[in-house]
Amino acid sequence: MARKKMQGAEIVIEALKEQGVTEIFGYPGGAVLPLYDAIFKQNQIRHILVRQEGGAVHAAEGYARSTGKVGVVLVTSGPGATNAVTGLTDALMDSIPVVCLTGQVPTHLIGNDAFQECDTTGITRPCTKLNYLVKDVSDLANVVHEAFHVARSGRPGPVVIDLPKDVIMAMGTYQEAGTAPAEKYSPRVKGDQSAIAEAVRLLGQAKKPIIYAGGGVINSGPKASKLLQDLVKLSGAPCTLTLMGLGAYPASDKQFVGMLGMHGTYEANLAMHDCDVMICVGARFDDRITGRLDAFSPESKKVHIDIDPSSINKNVPVDVPIVGDVASVLADMIKKWKALKPKQDQAALKKWWGQIDQWRAKKCLAFQQKGDTIKPQHAIRRLFELTQGRETFVTTEVGQHQMWAAQYYNFDKPNHWMTSGGLGTMGYGLPAAMGVQVAHPDALVVDIAGEASTLMNIQEMSTIVQYRLPVKIFILNNEYMGMVRQWQELLHGGRYSESYMESLPDFVKLAESFHAVGLRATKASQLDDVIKEMIEIDRPVIADIAIDKLENCFPMIPSGAAHNEMLLGPNDKAEKQISEQGMVLV
Amino acid sequence: MSEPSKEVNRHTIAVLVDNEPGVLARVIGLFSGRGYNIESLTVAETDHAKSLSRITVVTSGTPMIIEQIKAQLGRLVPVHKVADLTQDGPHVERELALVKVVGKGEKRVESLRIADIFRARAVDSSNNSFVFEIVGAASKIDAFIELMQPLGLSEVSRTGAAAISRGNKPI
Repeated sequence: MARKKMQGAEIVIEALKEQGVTEIFGYPGGAVLPLYDAIFKQNQIRHILVRQEGGAVHAAEGYARSTGKVGVVLVTSGPGATNAVTGLTDALMDSIPVVCLTGQVPTHLIGNDAFQECDTTGITRPCTKLNYLVKDVSDLANVVHEAFHVARSGRPGPVVIDLPKDVIMAMGTYQEAGTAPAEKYSPRVKGDQSAIAEAVRLLGQAKKPIIYAGGGVINSGPKASKLLQDLVKLSGAPCTLTLMGLGAYPASDKQFVGMLGMHGTYEANLAMHDCDVMICVGARFDDRITGRLDAFSPESKKVHIDIDPSSINKNVPVDVPIVGDVASVLADMIKKWKALKPKQDQAALKKWWGQIDQWRAKKCLAFQQKGDTIKPQHAIRRLFELTQGRETFVTTEVGQHQMWAAQYYNFDKPNHWMTSGGLGTMGYGLPAAMGVQVAHPDALVVDIAGEASTLMNIQEMSTIVQYRLPVKIFILNNEYMGMVRQWQELLHGGRYSESYMESLPDFVKLAESFHAVGLRATKASQLDDVIKEMIEIDRPVIADIAIDKLENCFPMIPSGAAHNEMLLGPNDKAEKQISEQGMVLV
Repeated sequence: MSEPSKEVNRHTIAVLVDNEPGVLARVIGLFSGRGYNIESLTVAETDHAKSLSRITVVTSGTPMIIEQIKAQLGRLVPVHKVADLTQDGPHVERELALVKVVGKGEKRVESLRIADIFRARAVDSSNNSFVFEIVGAASKIDAFIELMQPLGLSEVSRTGAAAISRGNKPI
């Protein structure tokens, strides 16, 4: 069959269409003009024009995390590509599937320090799962197809395709996906059956089990969350989730003991410390989770399910490693459990739950809302309560508000919580919310933010307004970089070096200047009305909530401490001094 | 789980990769980015038809670090195979070195004598210098270089280790 010749740029757009792409986030420039021309000439793919390339990548991340699809970014060469680097690193750390197309100077100018030239593949090599520099138009279609396959398969991640201008202007033939030789990248999906049997045996015999699940469950798809619930129910074990995993197990269920880690609940962290069998599902024993490594869950047998072999035995040595996709391994474990029908020690399990209930009775997340000053915990709690019964997606920036959101906003479904966990990127939430809203135009999308983080990508308000995205920016405003101030209070004698921002903008007027709606609550009595109004208005809103300026985020495992050395509140910190080794850590 | 061993061992790892631009940079970047040690690294295309290159990397670390290095290498998309030759059984390891020795008189004669013992060949000579070619394990080359030191050692170029498993099985 004779194939029609087309321009490289059209081949790229055709390949994107075949990969099911309907939205792209991007910003034009000289090197990508042919691609923008190809976009102009078609109607299937909608381009969202951001205000800075960093915003485009976070928007694509939000889009990807809320849909399970691959997020797509298009930026120009040089500064376009370098501005994307933070977002690419963020996507790599949190395993988010993103394909980023970058423009490049024509091949004969590469290496000549041409205008808007940078070594994009060199710069992005450590912050991508894979990157390509396409030098021949005949490779173009297959590279795009392969990039999508790599981005979404195995442990997902960002992939960069660098496109020299002469290549996208050359004429070539389009090749459909699957016409290239067999795809070389095929990570293992199915777990080892003997390891799965051993995991089921351990869980069946456990006297003090815990199931600790993370973002891998979300990435494996909604089916994995369902299977996780089934396994938790079958085994009767408590379940805790990482920051990345929130929503993988319903927070409203009684077997859920809350988030674990540095700002996790007392019951989750003590259960992790004291358990005798730990089943880690799609999580990676991150330093925020383990606290001091040599004191991490010292008495337990550990099972680790992960699709990435390099996650296993990286920080914590485990007894039963299972490399495979979470959904596949959980399905096999459930099948095995039903076949073996393990006789569980019910008396021991009852005792274990008795112990957990004692820890729960500490009510580590309790707070008191008294008087006019709005407590941040109360603000999040009310936001949660007033958004019940709606399809609500929450994104966050990074800092105290992020931890309060994780603690006080309860998620019952996967893919509804988007936060920058691994890299901890301030400025993530606003553009991510934008991406979520593009994917879910009728849902309520709230960016729970701090005033400092919001300012890091505030320019995207302009995008939000242009595309009539009714995103809500819910700012917990304490005029401090709150988490920095909290650490300065705990570790540096209360010397608040550069953590206070003078001359913050008036966020209400700021919203109005972007043609959005600004709302403000300064007293507790105004809070509910502001939240209700924010939800009701079918336009973008910035809600500026003035909160208690010196409130700290508790409970907390200080760095370098063990799970059973948690600080429950401000009064705890006097007696438990933070070690010098701990201070070195972040 | 019992306490993992903290003993640091030297491992020779063979890595089969696509012969594409940037692959070597990805491998080296992995070692520097994650703080692993490279004692030597050699790379060349070994299968032209399939466009495959073989990287032989000699590294050292605790068993947990070595396991991480292999897992991290294994998950790179252009990597086809990772084999730990040190762990997988007996293997042959060879390195080639070119050693320039400058001297006259007795020292010059002595350097030839030692080269003979080590089965090093003189591949270049002038009135007052030799270039020796020596092949062997890294330790043998180390020993040869040390003996050349007092005899006018001037310059050394080493290839780094190439290695292959013994017996009839490929990696």
